[in-house]
Amino acid sequence: MIKKENNLFDLLSEKPWEQKQSAQDNLHSGRTINLTKAHLGLRGIITVSIIFFSLFIVTYADRMLLHDWQKMPEPKLLWFNTFVLFISSVLFHWAKNKSDNQKFKEVKNLLLLIGFLAIIFFIGQLIAWKQLVEQGYFFNSNIANSYFYLFTTLHVLHLFGGLFFLKRITQKIFDRNSKLLAMQSGVKLCGIYWHFLFLVWLVLFGLMINS
Amino acid sequence: MSEDFPGRKFGIETKSSEVFNGESTSSQKEELIEAEIPEQDLYHPKNFITKWIFCQDAKVIGIQYSITAISIGLVALVLSWLMRLQLAFPDVFFSMGPAAYYQFVTMHGMIMVVYLLTALFLGGFGNFLIPLMVGSRDMVFPYLNMLSFWMYFIAVLVLVSSFFVPGGPTGAGWTLYPPQAITSGTPGSEGGIILMLVSLSLFVIGFTMGGLNYIITILQARTRGMTLMRMPLTIWGIFTATILAMLAFPALIVSCIMMTLDSLLGTSFFMPAMVQMGEHLKYGGGSPILFQHLFWFFGHPEVYIVALPAFGIVSDLISVNARKNIFGYRMMVWAIVIIGALSFFVWAHHMYVSGMNPWFGFFFATTTLIIAVPTAIKVYNWVLTLWRGNIRLNIPMLFSLGFIITFVNGGITGLFLGNVIVDVPLSDTYFVVAHFHMVMGIAPILVIFGAIYHWYPLVTGKFLNEGMGKFHFWVTFLGSYSIYFPMHYLGFIGVPRRYYEMYNSPYIPTSAVGLNEFITIAALIVGFAQLVFLYNIVSSIRLGKVAGRNPWQACSLEWQTEHVPPQHGNFGKNLPTVYRWAYDYSVPGAKEDYIPQNVPPSAVLGAKVEKT
Repeated sequence: MIKKENNLFDLLSEKPWEQKQSAQDNLHSGRTINLTKAHLGLRGIITVSIIFFSLFIVTYADRMLLHDWQKMPEPKLLWFNTFVLFISSVLFHWAKNKSDNQKFKEVKNLLLLIGFLAIIFFIGQLIAWKQLVEQGYFFNSNIANSYFYLFTTLHVLHLFGGLFFLKRITQKIFDRNSKLLAMQSGVKLCGIYWHFLFLVWLVLFGLMINS
Repeated sequence: MSEDFPGRKFGIETKSSEVFNGESTSSQKEELIEAEIPEQDLYHPKNFITKWIFCQDAKVIGIQYSITAISIGLVALVLSWLMRLQLAFPDVFFSMGPAAYYQFVTMHGMIMVVYLLTALFLGGFGNFLIPLMVGSRDMVFPYLNMLSFWMYFIAVLVLVSSFFVPGGPTGAGWTLYPPQAITSGTPGSEGGIILMLVSLSLFVIGFTMGGLNYIITILQARTRGMTLMRMPLTIWGIFTATILAMLAFPALIVSCIMMTLDSLLGTSFFMPAMVQMGEHLKYGGGSPILFQHLFWFFGHPEVYIVALPAFGIVSDLISVNARKNIFGYRMMVWAIVIIGALSFFVWAHHMYVSGMNPWFGFFFATTTLIIAVPTAIKVYNWVLTLWRGNIRLNIPMLFSLGFIITFVNGGITGLFLGNVIVDVPLSDTYFVVAHFHMVMGIAPILVIFGAIYHWYPLVTGKFLNEGMGKFHFWVTFLGSYSIYFPMHYLGFIGVPRRYYEMYNSPYIPTSAVGLNEFITIAALIVGFAQLVFLYNIVSSIRLGKVAGRNPWQACSLEWQTEHVPPQHGNFGKNLPTVYRWAYDYSVPGAKEDYIPQNVPPSAVLGAKVEKT
């Protein structure tokens, strides 16, 4: 009978030298977590990324308390960009459901649409930059501006990373030479990353319009 | 390919204690996926370039990491000689000027901490040992692993290139505190500091790629029977250190990005309003203290990123050579995990003199002292492992013993410095220099040497020369003691660190001058002794005594490979199955004094596995 323990403390209190434990350990498959390695890799990247952005946010919170902080106006366009990102996140959820039902033809179109929306988002961000620069909000004229340009750049860089993988998975579906589950898991993981991108943007955007 | 290695697929039919089974339905699916998708085939190198240069085999990547790290480490060693010559004999051999001195201090510190120790422990030993010790054919993402090394290599090249740009490398000290790091007047504020920040960012990106590999390989790609609590402590140390690195390095890259922008684009993330030569600079409002917090939020875990693998490796060396199981295995694991967790709550003890709320200082002094508890437990356990052991006083063992002594010495001075009230007068003196060199310079380096003597037979199939090894140990151990022990005294009498010259300071007695000369001579001797070591490494590849299989009679899996040195794919046709932990030494009733991890209980019927 194999005992199931669910938490880290039980795991760390195993006594590997005891016979009972040993008999049980001999059957152990060598895997700790019931996730694919790609899924775990994605979680790892998301974790590191969250820490990365959180530290920026900590410095933001610290820096905005100082006297020279001047709030900058947010172009209306940013709301549109947020909406674009929201739509692509929804579409990805849809694509995932379709791929679970093996309707890859529709998945293909959805993925192309998502890629297109990502580029729209990128262009939208560039236009927002242009509008701000024309109004005289330069990168280094105030620290609030610096943070705005920095956050948008970092977010877009993360988006580009996502696009790289989106391209790969779309290619896979076009070629149709991968295993079914591999394609499904690819769509699922890429979708998770897209939701993550949307959430990061929500947090950053929320932070910037509220301060 | 999969026919070559039928054992390569993950066995997933048995679940055991440690499979976290949170979401049962979706995890069912994940299992299915893993079963359905065949393991990525091992990449088979076809020519010299894919075999030795752009290689995806973790063993070769480990060697590449080690060679690069040791090479850049030698540069840092030479820099330390130059600094010591300047301190002891100013203007006798050459005159370098304060700017060059600061540049050497900075580069020495940064190279040693990040590019040598971190890269060697995690990139070098991690890559070589993780797949072998957990019984896997390779890392889970071999291509990413290769990229990781090349990112590191480019980072090193960028760092080296800063020696050749106008203005030279940065001289801001390894902590790179703004505002001075990017203000004119600091050496290297033109190009050097930018290259340093870029190089560090590349290092972090490269390391993140490698780190994902180490963590996921250890979690998911172990062989059958290898539970987490059966892993050798080396793997526990590397595992925890990698998690620390993944959590701490973002702080470094964040501060690097923001400082680069401050320097290049004139933002004021860290830069306060400043007047320079009567002129207001364009900066204003930034907070230099913020940088310090970010930097040390990375910087303190960094100490443990270096120390934890050393703890793990030394535990294994001691256990093998004392022919006893490690005393208190579980406690050792817990200590590693607890030290790792606590290391994120002590960073501000590097900033006592930067000024902070007294309660803040009180908090960080307390956490700093608490971290001494698990660390002391580890030291006791090492000593208790030696107690009544059947000690083989070979070179790895000598280095391990040297480590314990040095580490205790450096740790105890750490207790002094952790207290705010003791730290303030000792801050920025040679006492601090002595402390951190003892605890995170010499101690981990001794472990690295011990580990190289221990695993060299696995890498090359030959022993390192014993005579040269003994010479290397004694000169290094006694020599580094003669360097750093007197520095405590220099610190007590108030000799400040980071000073290019002491001039005629009346409070510094002449004995301190003599001591400085003594330290420098010792440093030169220790440095030259490393040449013997390098010669030993190179010459033993050809001339060394053939080691054969499992020359140290060790239990852990890396010695149980079919071929020595292990070949591509590590193990033979089938992956080994593990039946015991890595410490079954001197088991009563067994024929030999060790039972390798992959020996089934039926093969050693009489053996009674002892309790710890």
